[in-house]
Amino acid sequence: MAKQVRQLDRVVIRFAGDSGDGMQLTGDRFTAESAQLGNDLSTLPNFPAEIRAPAGTLPGVSSFQLHFADYDILTPGDAPNVLVAMNPAALKANLRDVPRAAEIIVNTDEFTKRNLAKVGYEVSPLDDDSLDAYAVHRVPLTSLTVKALESFDISKKDAERSKNMFALGLLSWMYNRSVEGTEAFLRKKFANRPELVEANVTALKAGWNYGETTEEFAVRYEVKPAKLPPGTYRNITGNLALAYGLIAASVRSGRPLFLGAYPITPASDVLHELSKHKKFGVVTFQAEDEIAAVGAALGASYGGALGVTSTSGPGVALKGETIGLAVMQELPLVICDIQRAGPSTGMPTKTEQADLNMALYGRHGESPAAVVAASSPSDCFYAAMEACRIALTYRVPVLLLSDGYLANGSEPWKLPKVDELPAITVDFATEHNHENPDGSTSFWPYQRDPETLARPWAIPGTPGLEHRIGGIEKADGTGEISYDPANHDTMVRLRQAKVDAIARSIPDLEADDPTGEAKVLVLGWGSTYGPIGAAVRRLRGSGHQIAQAHLRHLNPLPPNTEELLRRYDKVVVPEMNLGQLSQLLRGKFLIDVIGYNKVRGLPFTAGELETALEEIVKNV
Amino acid sequence: MSDPVTIPNGRHALSLVPKAEDKQTAKEFKSDQEVRWCPGCGDYAILAAFQSFLPSLGIKRENTVVVSGIGCSSRFPYYMNTYGMHSIHGRAPAIASGLSVSRPDLSVWMITGDGDALSIGGNHLIHALRRNVNLKILLFNNRIYGLTKGQYSPTSELGKVTKSTPFGSTDAPFNPVSLALGAEASFVARTLDSDRKHLTSVLAAAAEHNGSAFIEIYQNCPIFNDDAFEVLKDPSSRDEAVIRVEHGQPITFGPDGSRCVVRSGFGLAVADTASVDPADIVVHDAHDADPTYAFALSRLPAGSDALMHTPMGVLRDVPRPSYDDLVRAQVEHAATGAVPEEDLDRLLYSGDTWAIV
Repeated sequence: MAKQVRQLDRVVIRFAGDSGDGMQLTGDRFTAESAQLGNDLSTLPNFPAEIRAPAGTLPGVSSFQLHFADYDILTPGDAPNVLVAMNPAALKANLRDVPRAAEIIVNTDEFTKRNLAKVGYEVSPLDDDSLDAYAVHRVPLTSLTVKALESFDISKKDAERSKNMFALGLLSWMYNRSVEGTEAFLRKKFANRPELVEANVTALKAGWNYGETTEEFAVRYEVKPAKLPPGTYRNITGNLALAYGLIAASVRSGRPLFLGAYPITPASDVLHELSKHKKFGVVTFQAEDEIAAVGAALGASYGGALGVTSTSGPGVALKGETIGLAVMQELPLVICDIQRAGPSTGMPTKTEQADLNMALYGRHGESPAAVVAASSPSDCFYAAMEACRIALTYRVPVLLLSDGYLANGSEPWKLPKVDELPAITVDFATEHNHENPDGSTSFWPYQRDPETLARPWAIPGTPGLEHRIGGIEKADGTGEISYDPANHDTMVRLRQAKVDAIARSIPDLEADDPTGEAKVLVLGWGSTYGPIGAAVRRLRGSGHQIAQAHLRHLNPLPPNTEELLRRYDKVVVPEMNLGQLSQLLRGKFLIDVIGYNKVRGLPFTAGELETALEEIVKNV
Repeated sequence: MSDPVTIPNGRHALSLVPKAEDKQTAKEFKSDQEVRWCPGCGDYAILAAFQSFLPSLGIKRENTVVVSGIGCSSRFPYYMNTYGMHSIHGRAPAIASGLSVSRPDLSVWMITGDGDALSIGGNHLIHALRRNVNLKILLFNNRIYGLTKGQYSPTSELGKVTKSTPFGSTDAPFNPVSLALGAEASFVARTLDSDRKHLTSVLAAAAEHNGSAFIEIYQNCPIFNDDAFEVLKDPSSRDEAVIRVEHGQPITFGPDGSRCVVRSGFGLAVADTASVDPADIVVHDAHDADPTYAFALSRLPAGSDALMHTPMGVLRDVPRPSYDDLVRAQVEHAATGAVPEEDLDRLLYSGDTWAIV
């Protein structure tokens, strides 16, 4: 009997299981299948910092949420329509996020007395009425998988470990996705262990066939491809896009990329990725510590490379002194801060955007640096290119802010044409730039370009331009050591003016205000772009007027920022911190912006922002 | 990505640095800046020796870079008419590593002190040595913090009375040479500020060495630790105190070579030459692949200030691929035939892509 097929415009699935159950892989594969089908999508991996927390416990739960749709979407979804719970801990940890009537697929094999006790269930939720509000599918995933693999000469443990592929097969059947890509993926992944290839592929297909034949699943769903702008797409995470953006900036500027990095969650993937691309002349230096990582990057910049360091908040704290040196020496330096929940170790695998103040001010003295933030996983590519452009053009440290949500989350990316990417022009100094009173000439390392206020970049190996730079205050022009009071005041102001001058090279802040009649502007920065956009759409859908603007440049701000904000009666600033941008805007412009602040280690949901913004929109 | 890469070995340290066309002079290496160390500071002698020595390398002046940290010695780059960077406290090895690795056409010299290299920058120093980055590291050891006006340093002797230790230091000091050897340094030497000839010969050997070269230079601070190395300089004591080592030569010292170095247990000891079989006198082997011997040599100094029987010269000089060469070999291997714009296009469009028309 052919099963019923129901059309949906969007679905949110959450795969949840033990850290060792392979939920991230399962989610990744389902994402790839959905991308291949042409759905728009957004993902939210959520996993513990512990590599293997005790099996079956709440701290060990790892999940992967995927939102896919037949139209363009902006967030990984507020609440799952389908929860796949591989064990009682996964059910317990995720149930509060699941709305009534949603579907829950549970692996009944894991609901043993022992596993239930581990998470404090006295009675199995499968046996009482606690799940009555949901459409629960009871599937013995483990035993079905083991049974499907009976004929294989593999251990029971290996057979059981294939249960995530069984689950993936089942879900792929439910949502009409092809498993061919996953099959090819498995053949590559287990190339050295052919018995595991066949076992996993068999489990995958068994899951699919189970859906096809069992009475338990009466309905299949279909989510048609999204109507996205024409082009070639790939699914991409923020860290991968950021790494590619750095390579692109290196290619487009002709400066070799040097990455100094020390492993840190959630930034390490930038190091991993760049270490693969020596073909582009990329040098990756895994330093002994965060300080050495940025020091080596600065040394490379001094030599004419594009010096970059990638880290997260604790690392930026350690790099502060060297960033200050880069401010003083006026050399290009890009510091990628993949923000995570702090302070201290905080919650390393959880997202936050509370490093804005550190990026802006986290150094001693008057120490201005440029700050650029990415707004979505694919936007990390362009934000990285922009950070490099500013660093190379203005010879200034640039903090590039991403966060854990962007780093590990993914979305389809319409791929750019390389020759359409911005070209970054770098001119090294080659000649004397100062005429002395006696008519002779000399090289002044702190003579400035009148437009950018950047000093000349004279790299070692250039004859006749030998000079010394350091952390000690420089005399304006000559760059010689100076303790002159008036000179210090001049130099402090010049360094600030140079960073301010970057504003002339960045586009105006634009508000998305379709009717032009909105009285409330919601202003964001960083990864809140998706949830804010989704909330704004919903509000407009229910007849409200609201404008949205998003900052790419946090320092300097776009030149029209104040003027734009003043156009609106109210400005709302949602941030995953206690109001760092709000404070900046109030301090700079004396505008009484309204903050919406939560620091839970998770991105905002569109729903909560919709509720908060609606209150404000209704009351202006 | 996992293609085998040939590991270069035995490359000359300066083989990729462009040669000077004309003969250079010490004067050309002097910057126009007024030297501002205290009168009588040992740094003057080292600076003069260094400026006189550099022309002998025959490399372009503009391809010479001097990088320093913070401290009295770290003002050094300002006085050199080369490229130079006066960086931040302790971080010079990291900064110089980034520069050296990305610019094989440069001769990079690092100037540091006992506080800069062994205290705040200890971590960077040992890792630069471990990696064997192509840096020539000159550690000016005056056994005191000079620039901050006289606190004890990580090489100050136990019990030393200083501004921050009025009752005597309770810190045990480092032996910098032992530390460098323990950090897998491939070239380790020691010399003295006032012995220009010896200092120059050690600099020359270091310059030839491909990889990290670590030179400890005992340097007098006339203000806060005057005559700290007097036992090594005073004609009445120096013959007994200093053990000159030269590769391939039996190690004898003292008046008329009356003293010598012999094996003793797992280490070395000082003996009277007359009382030992000449065959038992250790012949210095700086090229010994095993650092144990050089380490034993570094442990000979004795006495309350640990200066009696101080080995001077090149203790260790062994070939080991430099970090720079290894990194470059991988990059060059991978980048053969690369066309950046096309490769970038291929990279972006790699993986699972799909078209929307």
